[in-house]
Amino acid sequence: MKITCPWCGERGEEEFIHGGPSNVERPADEKNSDDEISDAQWAEYLFMRENIKGVSCERWGHIHGCGQWFNMVRDSVSHQIHFIYKMGEQPPEGWEDVNE
Amino acid sequence: MQRYSVMSLARNALSHHEGWQQAWRSPDPKPEYDAIIVGGGGHGLATAYYLAKEHGITNVAVVEAGWIGGGNTGRNTTVVRSNYLFPESAAFYDFSLKLFENMSRDLNFNIMLRQAGMLMLMHSRHDAEVMRRNINAMHMNGVDAEWIDTDEIIGMAPGINCNPDARHPIVGGILQKRGGVARHDGVAWAYARAADALGVDIIQQCAVTGFDIKDGRVQGVQTSRGNIKAKKVAIAVAGHSSVLADMAGFRLPVTSMALQACVTEPLKPVFDVVIMSAATGVYISQSDKGEMVIGGGLDLYPSYAQRGNIGTLEQIVAGILDLFPGLSRVKLMRQWAGIVDIVHDSTPILGHTPVDGIYINCGFGTGGFKATSGGGWTLAYTVANDRPHKMNEAFTLKRFETGAFIDEMGAAGISH
Ligand SMILES: Cc1cc2nc3c(=O)[nH]c(=O)nc-3n(C[C@H](O)[C@H](O)[C@H](O)COP(=O)(O)OP(=O)(O)OC[C@H]3O[C@@H](n4cnc5c(N)ncnc54)[C@H](O)[C@@H]3O)c2cc1C
Ligand SMILES: [Zn+2]
Repeated sequence: MKITCPWCGERGEEEFIHGGPSNVERPADEKNSDDEISDAQWAEYLFMRENIKGVSCERWGHIHGCGQWFNMVRDSVSHQIHFIYKMGEQPPEGWEDVNE
Repeated sequence: MQRYSVMSLARNALSHHEGWQQAWRSPDPKPEYDAIIVGGGGHGLATAYYLAKEHGITNVAVVEAGWIGGGNTGRNTTVVRSNYLFPESAAFYDFSLKLFENMSRDLNFNIMLRQAGMLMLMHSRHDAEVMRRNINAMHMNGVDAEWIDTDEIIGMAPGINCNPDARHPIVGGILQKRGGVARHDGVAWAYARAADALGVDIIQQCAVTGFDIKDGRVQGVQTSRGNIKAKKVAIAVAGHSSVLADMAGFRLPVTSMALQACVTEPLKPVFDVVIMSAATGVYISQSDKGEMVIGGGLDLYPSYAQRGNIGTLEQIVAGILDLFPGLSRVKLMRQWAGIVDIVHDSTPILGHTPVDGIYINCGFGTGGFKATSGGGWTLAYTVANDRPHKMNEAFTLKRFETGAFIDEMGAAGISH
């Protein structure tokens, strides 16, 4: 697999690390302090995963390159990379339907 | 069931081997069962067998999307052992190994168990110190393990690179003599045949596509061959656990990854022991056919593609050549991968799910072949009694909430 880092361009997959799904939100925020979050909520956040068979948004890090993190829309069956977008950005519209 | 024996072999030879019965039937699904097992890998088939044998629940179907044993059961490198660190794991895996030791007799099927030993190599003084401690822990848990020095290693594994200048010098190893290999397909077939004989329906080419759930309780499954009712459903689908959980409306702490293996062209017998090197992440054994069976670590990222990537294969081969430089001219014949179910603490999840009547067996990741027997046995117990057995009560999904992890990877540093 070749991956196009938004900063460095196309590189071999060995330079990258997979950093889990993009859309996991920390349950504690300004309104809820850490103590108000139940063990079950922490477990959901820390461990439970959708582990999607098919297309999903993932975080990747170019750890053996520029060290930057970015997002990727990838198919876990075909390994096809559909989109790459920067941290803080939203995936392109219609990303869920890329296989249709 | 037509029993296999030397006599039956001789008798059938006289009739040109045309009189053998089929090993199991291929029935159409009935409208309803007492229990349905999703997944016809070793764990699913063993669950069905022990449900029938130990608990008298024989109105059972095993529903398999492809063919039995076509998942990780038929793709693994067949290592069996029980040298785990924590008491919960040691008890469970040793129980499994004991079932393996009696499996050929119990199931009347030669699973070709070869207990020539499992040798784990140490490459530094620090490795050695940790492992000496682990040997003591294993003894405390009643599991056999012994320290082996380099001279003994050279005797057991001719051709191994014990040169002190090697990139990963070998300073010793620990040996579990009861460890070894068994025929993986044989285990699936043996359980299938014995379960079928007790009345279990094995339904292949039938994928589960959904669950019927009412008021938080399972009523049955939807499949590519129609709906089937059951008040109890057990899921044993390894790398596809999250997909099935999603159908039932819950999530699991599982990530699906590709794990690969490869075999060389057959060679004359070189060694009979399984050799593993935690530092290089590779392991090797020689099959009864003479092929060198080689395995290593996981691919780099989550995947549902049963292929395996080249980068990881290169690393595995490099690690093996470091240990056995003499193999450098031997050709690789086949390479393949299976999708394994990785959890954070390298300990299985075996028991209840958030849906009443649905039970799960998953999280065995890179090392569940050796637990085919115990995984099936404990899941059958849990399904039959609606509560876990002492042996699997710590392997609950709840541990991710309570923090009662059993971190075998961190502790023992070993997989497979
Ligand atoms: C390369 C490799 C090497 C390994 N080496 C070892 C080793 O040396 N020692 C060891 O102990 N373990 C090893 N393992 C791990 C071991 O193979 C697994 O842990 C074990 O075989 C899992 O068995 P199972 O019955 O749970 O799963 P599987 O054998 O994978 O069976 C699951 C079944 O579920 C079916 N299924 C999936 N979805 C559905 C659906 N929707 N409906 C119906 N059926 C479905 C699949 O078709 C499959 O047949 C290795 C694994 C791999 C990939
Ligand atoms: Zn970069």
